[in-house]
Amino acid sequence: MTPNEISYSHILPEVVLSVFGMLIMLAEPMLGERASRKPLGYLAFFGTLAAGAATLYQAQYPGFAFWHMVHVDAFSTFFHLLVIGVAAVVILSSLDYVEEETVHAGEYYGLVLLGAVGMCLMSSAVELVLIFVALEISSIATYVLTGIRRKNAAGAESALKYFLLGSFATAFFLFGVAMMYGATGSTDIPNIALTLAKGSIPGLVYVGMALMFVGLGFKIASAPFHVWTPDVYEGAPAPIVGFMSTAPKAAVFAVMLRIILQTGAPGWLYLIWGSAALSMTLGNLGALLQTNVKRMLAYSSIAQAGYILVAFTAAPQEATSAVMFYMLCYAAMNVGAFAVITFYSGKDERRVHLEDFAGLGATNPLLALTLTIFLLSLIGIPLTGGFLAKFYVFQVALKANMVWLTIIGVLNSAVAAYYYLRLVVAMYMKPAPEGAVRVAAPLPMKIALLAAAALTLYLGIVPTGVLSYTTEAAAQLLTAPAVKVVTGQ
Amino acid sequence: MVPISYYLGLSAALFICGIAGFLLKRNIITIFMSIELMLNAVNLSFVAFAAQLHNLAGQVFVFFVMVVAAAEAAVGLAIIIAVYRTRNTLNVDQVDLLKL
Repeated sequence: MTPNEISYSHILPEVVLSVFGMLIMLAEPMLGERASRKPLGYLAFFGTLAAGAATLYQAQYPGFAFWHMVHVDAFSTFFHLLVIGVAAVVILSSLDYVEEETVHAGEYYGLVLLGAVGMCLMSSAVELVLIFVALEISSIATYVLTGIRRKNAAGAESALKYFLLGSFATAFFLFGVAMMYGATGSTDIPNIALTLAKGSIPGLVYVGMALMFVGLGFKIASAPFHVWTPDVYEGAPAPIVGFMSTAPKAAVFAVMLRIILQTGAPGWLYLIWGSAALSMTLGNLGALLQTNVKRMLAYSSIAQAGYILVAFTAAPQEATSAVMFYMLCYAAMNVGAFAVITFYSGKDERRVHLEDFAGLGATNPLLALTLTIFLLSLIGIPLTGGFLAKFYVFQVALKANMVWLTIIGVLNSAVAAYYYLRLVVAMYMKPAPEGAVRVAAPLPMKIALLAAAALTLYLGIVPTGVLSYTTEAAAQLLTAPAVKVVTGQ
Repeated sequence: MVPISYYLGLSAALFICGIAGFLLKRNIITIFMSIELMLNAVNLSFVAFAAQLHNLAGQVFVFFVMVVAAAEAAVGLAIIIAVYRTRNTLNVDQVDLLKL
């Protein structure tokens, strides 16, 4: 297969997701006004299964396509499966939420799938134009999803904040791309790598890398670009927070790995060092003060982004592998934690404060147990994925002589234990308040929770399979053939 | 021929005007316009580089930026209307339900 041709098998998962997203939007008006919207949810879930199958099929045909725009390899397959898996769990946990909150189900499920298209495309794009377009497909879908409860003042406000600051960050990313283009004469990552490897590095490259890092740092909510996170996560619908705190972040980390490691551009190490240290510290200190669980997990996700950034300071191959492993664990535990909140918070998300979770261990054992697994994993207790992921990240950072960064990270993990355990203590040690709800979770929600919990434990107990896959994918990413593309005059 | 540094200087100045407007203005519509100004400053850089490098990639990029900016404007204005309906104001200082 030559790289210079249209090959739909290289974008098959994206095609499948787009088709299902549009089908759902078309199908919604066919349903009666009072009819249940669950069939749309099941259709969306089926769409993610089909896209997952398409990814596995696509993995058999690695290589470039569309004139060096996309590159399918083990790395892109990993992130495709991650994003699609997150979307599937989010859809399962939204089925009852969407009925209760009277949001427009067609747009809701449609945008989850269409947003996932952008995120999948980001992980296989090797050309800055396509990366930009994919980033915006995913961002615009999440702006709308954030504000999908448009009669709700907090929802609209959080969508506004997310939209304004997100577009602001996009402008920085674009300015960085413009500088990179000016310095190297190309927007194609392999080409940029070739130009940079040839000779002296123009100053514009440093400016470009810094500006691109501002734009991408916003999307992964790393400090000092994190101020929007708590507000947006508090006002957005709980299942959507689970979605946008994991899937787009994973995709942006994939883009960062490609841009930073494949171009071999210099000058980003100190940026990442500072941002990682700040994210871990500000995220954990901020979380200590919160009593709203959604806000607390928002600060926790800032800290988690910091831990992932620590991995970037290691040697390229180990860094890639550690980021991939951490991202998978983080996705499993965070999407699971927000699934619990989605179900437990009830109509209009009334029960999201720490005291509302008191006695959950007695009233709702399954929810409490799974939430405990996710929280222990977020702390990094052995036998959970979170422990191994943190261990791996700090180990590779130490190997690269990042002693101080590792010390900051380990100290922060200790601080973090306090606020996660506070929630566990509330669930098991405090009596349930009067009139506590004892609603059993519906079956799709149970499947979603158990799948996330099982993956969290699996990654903590038998990680070797996943680890050898990420190592292999990292090797493929770094030895990707650099091909000179002839661009039109 | 006008040297490229003039174009880049103008582009940087416009970008900084956009940042200043974003940070200082209080009306949501004005903030939104500041973002558009930043995007257009970027477009100017792309076109200037494309002319200097005799390479069309930069000009093509500008089309993508314009299309995406239009899509963003559609979503952004819808969000602004939703905010206005729930809060009856377009002043960012009064959109403060969620503590920062």
